[in-house]
Amino acid sequence: MQTCLVVDDSAVIRKVARRILEPLAFTVTEAENGAVALEQCLRALPDGILLDWNMPVMDGYEFLRSLRKLPGGNKPQVIFCTTENDVAHIAKALHAGADEYIMKPFDKDILIAKLKEVGLLAG
Amino acid sequence: MIPAEFDYIAAFIKRRSGIVLAPDKTYLVESRLLPLAHQLGLAGIKAIVAGLRRGDATLQRLVVEAMTTNETLFFRDRLPFEQCERLILPQLIAACPPGGTIRIWCAACSSGQEPYSLAMLIEECGFAAQARFEIIGTDISQAMIARATDGLYTQFEAQRGLAVRRLLQWFAQEGTHWRIAPQLRQRVTFMPLNLLEDFSRLGHFDLIFCRNLLIYFDQPTRAALLDRLAAALTPGGFLVLGAAEAPDRLSDALARHRDEPSLIVRADNPISARPTRPLAGIED
Repeated sequence: MQTCLVVDDSAVIRKVARRILEPLAFTVTEAENGAVALEQCLRALPDGILLDWNMPVMDGYEFLRSLRKLPGGNKPQVIFCTTENDVAHIAKALHAGADEYIMKPFDKDILIAKLKEVGLLAG
Repeated sequence: MIPAEFDYIAAFIKRRSGIVLAPDKTYLVESRLLPLAHQLGLAGIKAIVAGLRRGDATLQRLVVEAMTTNETLFFRDRLPFEQCERLILPQLIAACPPGGTIRIWCAACSSGQEPYSLAMLIEECGFAAQARFEIIGTDISQAMIARATDGLYTQFEAQRGLAVRRLLQWFAQEGTHWRIAPQLRQRVTFMPLNLLEDFSRLGHFDLIFCRNLLIYFDQPTRAALLDRLAAALTPGGFLVLGAAEAPDRLSDALARHRDEPSLIVRADNPISARPTRPLAGIED
């Protein structure tokens, strides 16, 4: 079973993501900001990370830069999932090591398509 | 909606588009046509039926368009595009005479994602440098053809099936929408076409995509269309059907590809796995 860490300061978004991911056979963990997510990643790296951009304490961009510097930190497939929907943010995220990008609002079909795109789902 | 109204609409849709509406599709007709009635200021289904009976050409077109399903996404089902990259396009390029053009037809292209996906593939894989390509996208819906021609997609549409790197490479952001790059837009010619009508004027094609359309037709309509599509294929051409509609039995003119059973080729093609018995058509 694959693991996915959902990082978002919105409990509603985390719940929505969990409800999509768990039926797809993911074990889901949650973090409300980048700092909490980084602590979790220091203990165990997930297979995938669904990552918001704007969060208190540590935002998604800083988290991603820190993650990629960790031993094995290149392994998790990171999908940004954010309201930052402009080309400049997307390019910045990819440059920092993001694997895919979801522009909010999103639905189940889009998340599944992106999970397939990064190889976390077959098909 | 009373049964007589449903029967009239179902017969009209079948006659005009080939689409079969089973009696349990009352909800579908209502969910598609009540918004249309509201939009046109008509009282309801009864008024729509009256307009159809009067021969109101605009209303007839709008009803057909409302009853067609336009579900599509970029690189839908993935496998056909992977087959294009690995097998179909290299084979067509190898067989293309100097100065020749490889002709591709997306026969029910809806809002254009399928032909644009092929155009992306042709550019990304370097095929464009090896041969000349012509891509034609047709659809029964004039509204869908207008959208495809415009090449402007919502954020939802742009994210379905497209890797974000492709989005950045081939689209320009316009507010909350994304517009296809001129380089791809120029590669595709769109035109309205009802596949029940004669399409021989389009000429012959090396590759025809006709996906997720046959499922809406009855057996005789499917068989007849498959025969006409076979006639529109070049001798070495390929026919790509939807993942859920590759028939168990094909007309005499078509056969499965020897190594890739999901692909259809002309039966006289040496790479076909010829059927073992004479076949009259596909079955329900």
